[in-house]
Amino acid sequence: MHMPSAIHLRGVVKRFGSIAAVDGLDLEVPYGTCVGLLGPNGAGKSTTMKALTAQVIADEGELEVLGYRLPGDSKQARAEMGVVPQLDNLDTALTVEQNLQVFTHLYRVPAVRRQEAIERTLGIANLLERRWSKVEELSGGMRRRLLIARALLHEPRLLLLDEPTVGLDPQVRQELWALIDSLRSQGVSILMSTHYIEEAERLCDTVTIMSHGKAVAVGAPQALIREHAGSEAVEVYGSPSRLSEVEFEARERGWRTRRTGTSIAVLRSNGDGGLEGDRRVTNLEDVFVLLTGEEIE
Amino acid sequence: MTTATATMGRRRLGRLEGAALRGVIVRELVNFSSFWRSSTFSSTVDPTIYLLAFGFGFGSLVSTVAGYSYIDFVATGIVATTVLFSGAFPAMYGTFVKYTFQHTYDAILAAPVDTEELVTGEALWIAARTGVYGCVPMLVGIVFGLDPSWGMLLVPLIAALAGYGWACFGIFIAAKSNKIESFSYWQSGLLTPMFLVAGTFFPLTKLPEWAQVLGNINPLYHCVELVRSAVFGTWGLVDLWHLGFLVGFALISWRLAIRFMERKLIL
Repeated sequence: MHMPSAIHLRGVVKRFGSIAAVDGLDLEVPYGTCVGLLGPNGAGKSTTMKALTAQVIADEGELEVLGYRLPGDSKQARAEMGVVPQLDNLDTALTVEQNLQVFTHLYRVPAVRRQEAIERTLGIANLLERRWSKVEELSGGMRRRLLIARALLHEPRLLLLDEPTVGLDPQVRQELWALIDSLRSQGVSILMSTHYIEEAERLCDTVTIMSHGKAVAVGAPQALIREHAGSEAVEVYGSPSRLSEVEFEARERGWRTRRTGTSIAVLRSNGDGGLEGDRRVTNLEDVFVLLTGEEIE
Repeated sequence: MTTATATMGRRRLGRLEGAALRGVIVRELVNFSSFWRSSTFSSTVDPTIYLLAFGFGFGSLVSTVAGYSYIDFVATGIVATTVLFSGAFPAMYGTFVKYTFQHTYDAILAAPVDTEELVTGEALWIAARTGVYGCVPMLVGIVFGLDPSWGMLLVPLIAALAGYGWACFGIFIAAKSNKIESFSYWQSGLLTPMFLVAGTFFPLTKLPEWAQVLGNINPLYHCVELVRSAVFGTWGLVDLWHLGFLVGFALISWRLAIRFMERKLIL
């Protein structure tokens, strides 16, 4: 028996031909929490998200969403969850309100509550003023907010966000973070895939870091940082040969290192060792790179 | 309360639910309100042009065909082109665009709607449109001398039935095509010959035997024959065969469309 969770995956495998996009994934989203799914491109995040709406059927493993077994009972699960896709799939020739109106039907909001649902979600997404605007006239940030509004029409208990802020300006991104954070504080369970590490660090109670289709680390961001990167990092700058030297030395002493392009970050030294360099607080990005590898595949 | 909702929620949602079909159709309806002019234009003007061109062009050379005045013959036969222009083509292009460019199906399938309901809802909507547009050539025909009859009231139903089959077939073609260019093969290789060998502009009986055999397995031909029986009141037992053929075509296309859309949408 496991504790009831909004999402519960055990040993999920999905192969495309000979490639296993998801390769024995365990994932848990406890009710009322926000969980981040992190991983480099190709780690299997999108496949996992699609499996949760049964648009990808897993080859092996156990999948439960809101207590429903997938794929058999996926329709019930979908009736109680909202999905914000990575790719904008709004009806662009329609107005903001028409887009919401259509989805009150698709999400089976009872007729008497449809208008109320539209007003409520327009309010949440701060789009009341733009209700008559055609989608093609909206900015990228507004479109993303409309996608979130659309996913909330039926007051879902679970929200899936697939790369919710990809391609947006930093200001717009912060605005969306505030929106997501307020949903979580209202008790909505959230699973968010992202490769913006800062986003996960700010919003998520726990993160699952994926690499090659598996979960390689699970935990609260701060706990993962302490465990894998230590409390402080030292950034050493210098010529490429100097950097290689530092890298070698640090490894000899049992520390982890991470190349950042212009410098080498020495992790887990916790401030001692007398290295010459800039000291900084470790972050989730350090953990991410340590666990998913420095090489771009 | 939580228990109540939970128990209610446990009820397994069935297949082909009314709520899901309505949702899909409402989406089409609301979108249609933004492009109905262009769609209605092409669905009504195209057949009318054929009607006028053949009716007056050929009509000046031949006065009667298969016992009908040529304009009557064409005005009833041209419904076959309407079925293609309002049924098959919108289904092909619409499905392809929604899948490839608008990612609409991702959004719909994330709601409590299954592929079977998605395909059925979209095909029903196209069938309804085809039923309406299917009457246009007949109405134009009346202006040019086709005698009105009560049987004409059945024409929208016949056009809708044929339209459903062709809408499903169009969705099937779109599901099989990875590139929009592939449509050319279907259009030139299958659809265009079919609408010519359907007894539209000339009777099948005047064609060589092999063409007649092909005509008999052409759903458009059966549609045209049913329309003529309805409009001219020339019902016979053979119409049951025509009707059965159209129903069979609709059922087979429907299942094919669902099977291949599932392959495309559910990985």
